[in-house]
Amino acid sequence: MQHDEVIWQVIRHKHCSYMAKIETGIFCRNPYNVTGICNRSSCPLANSRYATIREHESVFYLYMKTIERAHMPNNLWERVKLPRNYEKALETIDKHLLYWPKLLQHKIKQRLTKMTQMRIQMRKLALKTREKIMTTPRRDTKRESRREEKAIKAAVLDKAIETELLERLKKGIYGDIYNYPELEWNKVLDEEKQVAEGVEEQEEEEPEIEYVEGYEELEEEEDMEDFSGFPSNGSGFDDDDELDSGDEEEDDDVEEQVVIHKKGKRDSRKADDVGKSKKKKRVVVEVEQEDGDVRQTLKTAH
Amino acid sequence: MGFKRKKGDGDGEEMESEVRGRPSFNTAERRNVILPSMIKNKDKRAKVYAKQKHEKKVEKQKKIKARDAAEKQALELGEEPPQKMVPKTIENTREADETVCRPDDEELFADIDADEFNPVLRREVTPKVLITTCRFNSTRGPAFISELQSVIPNSDYRKRGTYDLKKIVEYAKKKDYTSLIVVHTNRREPDALLIIGLPNGPTAHFKLSNLVLRKDIKNHGNPTSHEPELVLNNFTTRLGNRVGRFFQSLFPQEPNFRGRRVVTFHNQRDFIFFRHHRRYIFDVKEDKQSGAKGKDGVAKERVKPRLQECGPSFTLKLVTLQHGTFDTKGGEFEWVHKPEMDTSRRRFFL
Repeated sequence: MQHDEVIWQVIRHKHCSYMAKIETGIFCRNPYNVTGICNRSSCPLANSRYATIREHESVFYLYMKTIERAHMPNNLWERVKLPRNYEKALETIDKHLLYWPKLLQHKIKQRLTKMTQMRIQMRKLALKTREKIMTTPRRDTKRESRREEKAIKAAVLDKAIETELLERLKKGIYGDIYNYPELEWNKVLDEEKQVAEGVEEQEEEEPEIEYVEGYEELEEEEDMEDFSGFPSNGSGFDDDDELDSGDEEEDDDVEEQVVIHKKGKRDSRKADDVGKSKKKKRVVVEVEQEDGDVRQTLKTAH
Repeated sequence: MGFKRKKGDGDGEEMESEVRGRPSFNTAERRNVILPSMIKNKDKRAKVYAKQKHEKKVEKQKKIKARDAAEKQALELGEEPPQKMVPKTIENTREADETVCRPDDEELFADIDADEFNPVLRREVTPKVLITTCRFNSTRGPAFISELQSVIPNSDYRKRGTYDLKKIVEYAKKKDYTSLIVVHTNRREPDALLIIGLPNGPTAHFKLSNLVLRKDIKNHGNPTSHEPELVLNNFTTRLGNRVGRFFQSLFPQEPNFRGRRVVTFHNQRDFIFFRHHRRYIFDVKEDKQSGAKGKDGVAKERVKPRLQECGPSFTLKLVTLQHGTFDTKGGEFEWVHKPEMDTSRRRFFL
């Protein structure tokens, strides 16, 4: 007992490596401490008769130390395995700590309660799925974005989509939906057939599936460029260009038709206009409207 | 040593080079040309470098001129113009991949017949899609999801809650959905797309980037609710084929051409670009192209489809493709992206 007092005086007033002072209080980091607070009655070093509960792989053990073994640090702590059942564990504790100070018994039972609650909680959590956070080095993310930019430039998307749609139009998938003038269309088709002799379209047709996967696109696009089929402009709404091209060419042989793209919904009304005006030599200029509904057409006949 | 050393020769004892800047031929003609970086004097170095650049430029211009002149001559004489050189692109010089699909591959057909998308693609089952998110909120997530709903017909959105993904998969199976899309967010932005085919279809995890919502697109159009037409470009390899069919299985197989909606998945260098357009086709005149293009000088009509962009546009990159439904621990992964696959700039997998 005197021994304990001395130890406590020295520890508390000089230095204890297990002591942790935080703004909320003074705590003890010693793993054998029952309450976790740095106290005269809770310090495992300054009490020769002491007991704790510790856990190992979700099994609880009762540790006890008595003054008779104080000189043998090797065998200082006596360990008793506590049963899984909470009540049975309480009974075991009672049995072992029968004549021990009430305070210690009380604290130990409190600790047991807390630990069982924690054990339940941890098991519940382990069942749930949690998202795991993975990190990628910044180098990789930057590299990806760089490559993506270049890929966007390499994939001239609008052109690719347009060529694909045109092909489908040619193949006749769309049927009669697009009212374009038949004669002119056939003429163009004939011309292009002569030009495009070498181009074979190898399509892999899967039965009954309408649209074709374009993984032959690579070859086909090269061929396209070879016979220099399609206009190279992007599908921008370049009204000015069209206007200019309309104004410049005033050939009599050639019918002109300048169509500026409109915002808003398109109907086949527009296609009818196309059909009609093809026959006459007119310049049809449609002015772009902000609303989709009202249309103004300036028709100047030549 | 009175003079400044101009060249980094091995030993500094070559006094024979009295004239500054002369190359030394003593070391077995190892260097005929002086590298500007060998000159220590900054002034002189800059001059030499500028001179070299200028010479190169002049040479190149001469070459181009000569080439053009030759071509012109050949055309005038009526002969074949010399072959135009094709510039090397990454697509041109892509590493040969043995898994590229060939049109006559029977194994491919057999695989296609046996894979999970077959019922949908053969129109036995109409696709029904369930869209959900991850557990966390995001600023752009809901807008993106509503746009996705407008793009993919027959799609439903459910809030995530805190359900396990596997539970959600079971729920969707029970309710006869054909696919499940999970939009994953990171830092308040939609970040990844997890597409799960049902009932036991593959799971594809994509990284989503570069998302542009409809309202941010200039001159955007509003999509109708007709079934869209699909364009799948550049899915060359077996893996690409599989992914392409996966996308196909999200959409109904009877496109309504009158609706004039096009949905495009374009694969370029392993990035899949998604675009959504409304298409119009009309004629555009092109008269009398000068020389090169028109083989006949006659006026030609070109039919050109015009596209108006509507709907979101984003980029996807495949991260993993797993054989069954979502199961990261026990599942069988068909393809996983590893950083070591990025080492070659000419190798692509899709």
